[in-house]
Amino acid sequence: MATATRTVETLTKTSPPTRKPLTVSKKRQYRAAYLFVLPFFIIFLAMVIVPLGYAGYQSFFTQQLVGGVSFSGFANYTRAVTDPAFLYGLGRVGLFLIVQVPIMLALSLFFALALDSGMVRLAKVVRLGIYIPYAVPAVVAALMWGYLYGPDFGPFAQLSDYLGAAKIPFLEPGYVLFSIINIVNWEFIGYNMIIIYAALRSIPTDLYEAARVDGASEPRIAWSIKIPAVRPALILTVIFSVIGSFQLFNEPQLLRIMAPNAINSSYTPNLYAYTLAFVNQDSNYAAAIAFLLGIVIMVLSYAVQLSTQRKENAS
Amino acid sequence: MSDTPFTRRRFLGTALGASGGLALAACGGGGGASTPAPAAAQKVTQAQIDEAMNKDTELTLWSWVPDLQNEVDLFEKKYPKVKVKLVNVGAGAVEYQKLRAAIKSGQGAPDVVQIEYQYIPSFTLTKDLLDISPYATPEVKSQYPDWVWSQVTNGEALYGVPQDTGPMGLLYRDDLLKAAGVEVPKTWPDFATAAEKYHAANPKSYLANLAPNDPGHFVSYLWQIGARPFSYDGTKTVKVDLASEDAKKVAQFWSDLVAKGVVSVDADFNTAWYQGFSNGKYGAWPAAAWGPVFLQGSAKSTSGKWRATDLPQWDASKPASGNWGGSTDAVLKISKNPIPAAQLALFINTDQESALKLATEQFLFPPSTNVLKDPKFADQASPFYGGQKVNAKFAEIGATVTPDFAWLPFMDFVYSNFNDTLGKAIADKTDLVAGLQKWQDGVAGYAKAQGFTLA
Repeated sequence: MATATRTVETLTKTSPPTRKPLTVSKKRQYRAAYLFVLPFFIIFLAMVIVPLGYAGYQSFFTQQLVGGVSFSGFANYTRAVTDPAFLYGLGRVGLFLIVQVPIMLALSLFFALALDSGMVRLAKVVRLGIYIPYAVPAVVAALMWGYLYGPDFGPFAQLSDYLGAAKIPFLEPGYVLFSIINIVNWEFIGYNMIIIYAALRSIPTDLYEAARVDGASEPRIAWSIKIPAVRPALILTVIFSVIGSFQLFNEPQLLRIMAPNAINSSYTPNLYAYTLAFVNQDSNYAAAIAFLLGIVIMVLSYAVQLSTQRKENAS
Repeated sequence: MSDTPFTRRRFLGTALGASGGLALAACGGGGGASTPAPAAAQKVTQAQIDEAMNKDTELTLWSWVPDLQNEVDLFEKKYPKVKVKLVNVGAGAVEYQKLRAAIKSGQGAPDVVQIEYQYIPSFTLTKDLLDISPYATPEVKSQYPDWVWSQVTNGEALYGVPQDTGPMGLLYRDDLLKAAGVEVPKTWPDFATAAEKYHAANPKSYLANLAPNDPGHFVSYLWQIGARPFSYDGTKTVKVDLASEDAKKVAQFWSDLVAKGVVSVDADFNTAWYQGFSNGKYGAWPAAAWGPVFLQGSAKSTSGKWRATDLPQWDASKPASGNWGGSTDAVLKISKNPIPAAQLALFINTDQESALKLATEQFLFPPSTNVLKDPKFADQASPFYGGQKVNAKFAEIGATVTPDFAWLPFMDFVYSNFNDTLGKAIADKTDLVAGLQKWQDGVAGYAKAQGFTLA
């Protein structure tokens, strides 16, 4: 940005002080700018907009194995809003969101503040250690945790056996959602920590000095200066988490191998859409489900943004 | 991908083949593979075949059989002008998804493709498989038992060359059963008594496991008792009869054992289950003919302690068995080289050298009697099974599999729905007969929604 501005100035200086040449150079600049974003837009168009439009189009048809394709208007959508499998899935990821996101963000914030305080020894090692799970592909993470949760031979089960304690049924129907929450926390705490930590590093340190001069304690500085200062970063992580929660797919899909009956084929809306498209061969209905899910995510993300903006305006 | 584990699929292979051409009369009765029986496909002359096989041709073959290249090499040696590109795009459901996508897009589909028996109808429904009966000589049919042939034919049309099968027997731990003072059960009532006695004597172990995620395994029990839960006329009519009296009898039998806690209900084909074999959690495994080699690989430490015998019987005077798994090589209609493609599918599975290789090197259980009888296969004694001739035992069982077991053209859904209905009842240890009814309702509902007529 800075370079661009300087170039404009230079050009302005060298060219006659009339308006016309300036406009030409600006035009050129705009053209260059569009040229630079063009590759993105081509891919965005081909890989997002076109498939999205196609899926939307598909969702207005019904295809039967016998009888072929027919236009069905909003039939797939009315079916979806009354489909218990879809609604239960939505409810489940809603519960997941309410339980998982606060735990994850609280821990991320805590770790970020701890690292930022400069009171942690080997801070770089610790930071990397917390971040590493995010570098593990979700598929590998789910398989690994699946092994750890194993009811017969998993380390936790063996420890319980050794201690003579009751085993925790990680993969039983009532527990498996919390087992998934644990996996997702493990994966994403480090990621969110890094975002918050980066925001913390950008706070001017003279604010802290001023606070210390005024006699504020470290916790007080964290509470009154640091946390308010990283609000935008926190909001960003909340929005990412809302989107991530509703798109939950990898972890349940892979844990199904271990717990095929605790996690059914419509456990999360995404898993349901996948089953519909690839097992039931009902890709039209799957498209409608995916669209509805997209709308739910958009509305919720927008609501989060709006509510935080209002607070900001109020303060 | 979702329900059937990769590891098992690797073992469900292929098996048989010859060459030549003549439309064959198939055994009657709604066969497994179905499509409106077309007007008898036109016979192909030997001259036409010779001409096609001597032209430069490139074929693509999709299969997940390990080391199938060995058999492909034999084919290329015999027909040097035909080049075969062997691709493994994934096993089972993964492959079918890619296949459907390729067929729909009209690009990248193979000429020959491995398909499991129960999925043939879902591809004949969409008219994607080529009737290869014009290319199969009478010797092809004559080497297969009726029940196998009925899996790949509909009327006169032949939709796949059988590659391997999985007749059901019982593998058991000789040492553990003896230690518990339990005799090898010959009938299912014996089995129930034995299961109780065994678990009482060895509380950490179970005589059997009923997997809540394995519809194929459960269906093999239905097959054995004589239930015929599915059929498809090739056009619009299907039969869904999962809650028949026979099927209920099977469900009730296992329901009692599950309720008593004398059989385990672990998901199968995952790490915990494999480990269960190594450390004696399971005293026996009602398994298909591909099971013995599979077990050998996953429970090495128990070598010498296992034996193979017949599946327990409902009526000991009429020995019967079911089938679990196995697959075929089919030719796609969109293949531009139908003659060489059909020859490839036939050669791999019916050329004696190739079929024997599949059976003795890749350990696919052969459906062809030519291979089953071959001393190189039948006389193999297995140290893992205390020197027992396990192949011969399963060959004997294979002859008792009952014929005319048919499938629906949407087994993906049927199997996936099992996990949410009957499988759930197994995992939750609730009434299996009620679970069976839910499965019936789920499948019948889907059939109706997809526009089928229920017979």
